[in-house]
Formats: sequence, structure tokens, C-alpha cells
Amino acid sequence: MFGYYLDLALHSFRRTPVLAGLMTLAIALGIGASITMLAVLHNLSGNPLPGRSDALFHPQVDPRPADLPGAKDEPPDDLSYLDAVNLYQLGVAPRRALMSSNWLPVRKDAQDSPLAMVTDRATTADFFAMFGVPFIYGSAWSAQDDASHAQVVVLSRAMNQQLFGGEDSVGRNLVIATKTFRVAGVVDDWNPQPRFYDLNDGAFGKAEQMYLPFFTWLDLPQDYGYGPMDCWGNDPNAGMHDPKAQQCTWAQFWVQLDTPAQVAGYRAALVQYSAQQHRLGRFQRPPNVRLAGLVDWLDYKRVIPVTVRMQTWIAFGVLLICMVNTVGLMVAKFLRKSGEIGVRRALGASRRMVFLQCLVEAGVVGVAGGLLGLPLAWLGLWMVRQQPVSFAASARFDPSMLGAALALAVLSALAAGVWPALRASRVAPALQVKSL
Amino acid sequence: MQIRPILATLKHHKAGTLLIAMQIALTLAIVCNALFIIRQRVSHLSQPSGVDEANVLVVLNEWAGKPSPGEIASLMAADVDTLRRLPGVADAYASNTYPLSGGGIAFGIGHSPDKLKPVSTTAIYFADQDALPTLGLKLVAGRNFRADEIGQVDRHGDIQPGAIIVTRGLADRLFPDGSALGKTAYISRQPSTIVGIVERLQSPWVDSGMAEWADCSTLVPYRQLTAATRYVLRVRPGQLEDVRRHVRAALYAANRMRVISPKDGVRTFAEIRADAYKSDRGMAILMGVISVVLLAITAAGIVGLSSFWVGQRRKQIGVRRALGATRHDILGYFLTENLLISTVGVLVGSVLALGLNLWLMKQFELARIAPGYVVAGVVVLLLLGQGAVLAPALRASRVPPVEATRSV
Repeated sequence: MFGYYLDLALHSFRRTPVLAGLMTLAIALGIGASITMLAVLHNLSGNPLPGRSDALFHPQVDPRPADLPGAKDEPPDDLSYLDAVNLYQLGVAPRRALMSSNWLPVRKDAQDSPLAMVTDRATTADFFAMFGVPFIYGSAWSAQDDASHAQVVVLSRAMNQQLFGGEDSVGRNLVIATKTFRVAGVVDDWNPQPRFYDLNDGAFGKAEQMYLPFFTWLDLPQDYGYGPMDCWGNDPNAGMHDPKAQQCTWAQFWVQLDTPAQVAGYRAALVQYSAQQHRLGRFQRPPNVRLAGLVDWLDYKRVIPVTVRMQTWIAFGVLLICMVNTVGLMVAKFLRKSGEIGVRRALGASRRMVFLQCLVEAGVVGVAGGLLGLPLAWLGLWMVRQQPVSFAASARFDPSMLGAALALAVLSALAAGVWPALRASRVAPALQVKSL
Repeated sequence: MQIRPILATLKHHKAGTLLIAMQIALTLAIVCNALFIIRQRVSHLSQPSGVDEANVLVVLNEWAGKPSPGEIASLMAADVDTLRRLPGVADAYASNTYPLSGGGIAFGIGHSPDKLKPVSTTAIYFADQDALPTLGLKLVAGRNFRADEIGQVDRHGDIQPGAIIVTRGLADRLFPDGSALGKTAYISRQPSTIVGIVERLQSPWVDSGMAEWADCSTLVPYRQLTAATRYVLRVRPGQLEDVRRHVRAALYAANRMRVISPKDGVRTFAEIRADAYKSDRGMAILMGVISVVLLAITAAGIVGLSSFWVGQRRKQIGVRRALGATRHDILGYFLTENLLISTVGVLVGSVLALGLNLWLMKQFELARIAPGYVVAGVVVLLLLGQGAVLAPALRASRVPPVEATRSV
């Protein structure tokens, strides 16, 4: 029966190509718009480190004064220098990474080689193993290097290409902010989106071009700042003077906790640490700690850009209007066939069969609209990529969206078709046949 | 034109009528808000920065080799001297930032040294006596800085200016009675005297978070002795491209220990502006495309349904024609019918548009829509409806009276 209905639907398409074309186009436009935004949303809200994210946690403590006006209950996102070092040395977590970022001038150690400002991430040895950063050459520096403030650097593939033409540069020297650093390793392209580990400069964008040991980096000249700082109290300049100022938070800290017991243990350790600092008089507030998992952290930070959320709503508004439009056109189309339907009913087709026949026709419109909507969505994503937005690179067509696009198209066409089909199935056969 | 027979007919076509009205309402709601967003973004784009943009260049310089603050002071002085001697350059000074740059310092400014009770937020521009003429700022009251007032501050120094120049926007916020000149305000622990007021100087930030303070800027008489320096150059009219080509080489020839990015180390204000507002422009274009697509879909829907109705009513039209109705009457009938449906649609749509705006205000911190946008949307959709129905209505008017005698 389905085959016969399909035949009828295709036949009816050929008979009213303009109406059918309009319906298909309407569905295609609605699908194109909504799938474009769904794809963007899907990529932006994706898990940046699938497989590892469950074990990654973001500890927060609250060193703010008790009477800070306008302060929210949530503790600051980043850690102050003292808390960062204390938590780093806590040693309860199997792995932990302390970090921040800035720009530094870099050149090769050859005479007269040109200088360039390079983005860097200052971090500790576990960063690479914990986040699964792949190495092309060499390896990460060791915890010993962290402790001894060793002058070693890990380059990104692009940076290695630029400085050393892509060859194995392990052991070569670089001058970073007037000090000589030895290349310890080169990492492959690694740029999880959202950039969960440090959202201060926006959640989407490029990964840093090189990695330095955190404590070595702190020894460098102070001219280049310590990454975005959040300071409170009467002296907003405090951080510029001294990154170790108590009232400034700027360091990101992540820990790896593999089992629920470790998570509970770490949480307890954080509370204990806060209580101890409270007793010492450093923390004015009672223990106010957070230990958010990676995914919860991204949720809390609401990393999806406001414009994307707005555009997604608008895209679904477009789909809704396209559906209303299709409902109208389907009513017209089905009622135009009233005579034909009357004959089928007179020859014994039940209302249910007529209804199903009309739904099959709606489904065919949906499939056609979906197929036409896919290239439109592809075009839409191309347009998003041309936009000067930080998440442009994330606007890619995900194969999983293919199925979603077709399903959404067929579903919306069917939803649009239900009511017109119901009306068509209620056509009184006698009246129609008489007027033939 | 008789309305009653039209209403009677529409009762038989409740479904189609409702659908067209609903589509018009939804389209109106979205298009009004889209137009409003476009207008907001575009007005953003054309906001004047206060700078004489046609003749100003900015050079982004980073010192290398870790010079001390004292060395930076002499390097900076030498650079400004080099720049001034460059053919085509009229004036130059060194600062920390410039309008639309996206980076800089913001302080609270108020009537007491208490940082927690500011009257306003203000962008801080480091300036000397050459800043006003170089940027082309218009001094509306008071005086420029004097050379002997210019202090120096390194990364560790406090910014505690004795004299400041503020924008009129900021002066009016601090002293609404217009008496700002000569009064003191606090951006640090020390009082600062407002010695001059400039008409306009936009802050470095264009994002919505700082939009409220866009016209609140303060010039402080300091040279900032840090690794990053921005040189602002005023060029003689028509020589912008010449200077832009030569400035990088001239600075490198004077001193090699610096980084001026080959990509964006030298920027004209046209580039700075395009860069600062590119996301606004993108959003405006996107909203425009969506509005056009929606209007096209709605028009197509009206054409489709009206054509169907005309086809359905050929016999009735024939009867009317046979009974003496003119072509004009038939045309008028369909146009009026559409106008009635559209009117219902735009009425519902106006309410929806305001509701959508309220929701957008809550969700995305949008401003309240001006009634003009709804009115404009209503007019556009009524015209669109009439335009869309015209072709089917004309076809209807050409139905011959003999149609009445045919059975189908």
C-alpha cells in the first residue's frame, strides 16, 4: 500500500509542480536555517575532551573579603597566587596542572634573528598527560623541571614550522623574553573547543603557540602581565604591581580525579584547606569551595555565545513560519484533489487510508525539503565560517547532522501535513462525485 | 466595496484565512525585531569616535631586549622625534591605547577617593600636550595639558594625575549642572582637577558591556613606560598611504630592538573601525538576509493560497461577472479580502512583536523596541500582502463570464 501511496504522491507532484516546489522550498529554507544553527550549537557545546572529561575537575576556593559589595556567592573562577601554589602542592590528586597565559617576545638564538610576539601557556608538567596533548617530537618537561625552574619550552606544530621549518627541534635553543630556553618537545595540532582550561579570553579561538613551565615563567620580566586578572578592593592596580597580591585571582588550576572516592577526598581536602586558611585569618569567608567536572564547568560558564543562542532561536522561528506556510499550501493542495479523493472514497477507501495517503505525500515533501535543505545548511555554515567570530572554525558540517537534518525535515513536514490530511480525509465523497 | 460578502466567504475558508493571518503575524514579529537589531548595530557602526579618522594612523610597537623604564622614556622620545620628521607627518604622540582598539584601562571615577562608589566608569588614555592636536579632538572648554604637567609612569607606578581632561559625556555625568571645568574628581586616592573638556572621545571598547560608558573617557597627563607603546600619528591630508608605507621602515632604521607586526603593526583608522565593528556588521547582514527570506516565504505562501482560492472559485467569479460585476470589482474583491486577513495578521503580529522584544530584552539584554519599527513592519507586510495577491487577483479578474455556464 505504501508503494502505491508513494506513486500517487509523486504523480501529484508532477501535476502541481509549482505548489509542490513552493512547499519543498519552504521546508528546505526552514531546515537549512535551523540545521545551520544546530550544527554550530552542537559543535560549540560539544565535549572538548571526550573520554577524558569525566576525570577532569576544576577546583575553586573563595579568598574574597566577607563584605565585598556586589559579590556573588560563587567563588572566583581563578586562583590567587598563594592558593594556586598551595593547592598545587596539596598533592591529593593523581595529576594536576597550574596555568596562565600571556604574550612573550621570542626569537631564535642566532644573531639578528627577527623577534615575534608569541602567545604562550605557562603550565606544569602534568598538563600534557592530563589533557592528552599529542607530541610529534620529544616529550613534556618533568616535574623535576617544574621544581628547578628549568628553562625549557614545548612548541606547537605551527610554531615549530615557523621557527625551524618543521624539523625535529628538540634540544635547540630559543630566546624568550631575553632568556634562553631549550626546546623539550613539539606538540601536534591540539585545540579543544571550547577552550575549557582557560575561558578568560573567550571560550573559542586558537590554542597557544608554546608552553613554558609555570614557575620559570613567573621569573620572567614582568612587562607582559600574567593573563587576565580579577582584583578586588580599593586598589585595582595591585596585580600589575605584584602577581602575588592576595586580592588578585588569575591562575587556572585543573586536577584529574579518576574515582568517585578521589573526588570526594579532594572535595574534603579543599574544605579542609579553606577552613585552615580561615583559621589563619587569610580567608574571611567560611569554606566556600567548588569542584566542578569539566562539563559542569562549561555549563556554569555558559560558553555558548549570546549571539549564537539568539540566532538559533531566530532560525527555529524561520522553521516555524516555513511550517505554517507549508500547512497552508498543503491544505490548498489536498483540497484541490477533492474530486480525486471523493472517487477513491466512493470506491471503498477508508478515511484512514486517505489520511495515510496524504501523510505519505507530506513525507515526500519532507524528504525533498530535507535533501534540498542540506546544501542550504552547508551554505549557511560556510557563511558562518566567513564571519569574524571566534567560533568560526567550529562551524563545520558534522556527518551526524545529516541524519538529524533529514529527520527534522520529515518530522516538520509530517507535523505540517497532519491537519491538512485530516481535512482531506473528511471530504464527503457523494458531494465530490456528484460534481464531477 | 462590500465587506460583508467577503466576510461570509472567509467563514467558509477558515483554515486558509487563519493560516495566512498567522504567517503574517509571525513574520511581522520576527522581521520587526530583526529590523530593530539591524538598526541598533548599524547606529553603533556610525557612532563617531571623536578622532579625525581620515588623517590618523596608529603604530603598535613592542620593545624588545627588556629596556628599563628610563631607557624606554628616551627611546620613546627618539621615536616621536623620528616620526615627526617623517615627510607627511604633522604630529605624533605615544599612548597606551586609542579609540576602538579593544584594549586599555578602565577606572571608576567619582567624587571621593573611595573606589567602591564611582559615579561612572571611564576609559583612561595616556596623553601629553600633543594628544589633542594629533587626534583632532575638539576642546570645548578649558585648556590642553602643558608640557610641564606630563608625568611618567612605569608598570609599577601609581596613576595619580593632578590634572585631567574629560569628555563632555563624562563631565555631564559627574556634574550634571554643567560646572565640571575646574572641579575635582577622583580616579585615584588623589584629587584630579578637570582642566579641559573635549567634545567627544570614544572609549576603546565597542562591546555591549561597555556601551553604557562609550562616551566617558579621561585623558591623563602621563607617558606610560612599558614594553608596549602605541604611537598615534596625524598625517597631512592625502598622505595617509605614503606615511603608512614608510613608517615601519623608518622606525626600524632608527632602532632595531622592537617588534612592529608586519600584519597589523601599522593601522589606519578605517581598518581599526572595520575590525572593531566586524561582528556588528556580520550580525546586521545576517538579520537582513533572514528578514528578506521570511518576507519571500510569506509572499510565496500568500500567492499559493490565493491562487488556490481563485481556482476554487472560478465558477462563482463567472457567475458574478455574468451578473454584471466588472473586472475591477473582482480585482477589488480579492485585494480587499487579502487586506482584511492581513490586518488581522498585523494586529496579532504587533502584539507578538512586542512580546518577542520583551523576551529578547530579558534573554539577550536588548533595548526596548521603538514603536516606529512595528509601524514600519506593519506597512511592509500590508504592502507585501497586496503585492502577493495581485497576480492571482488579476488572473481571477480575467475569468470570463461564460465560466458560469460550465459545469466545473
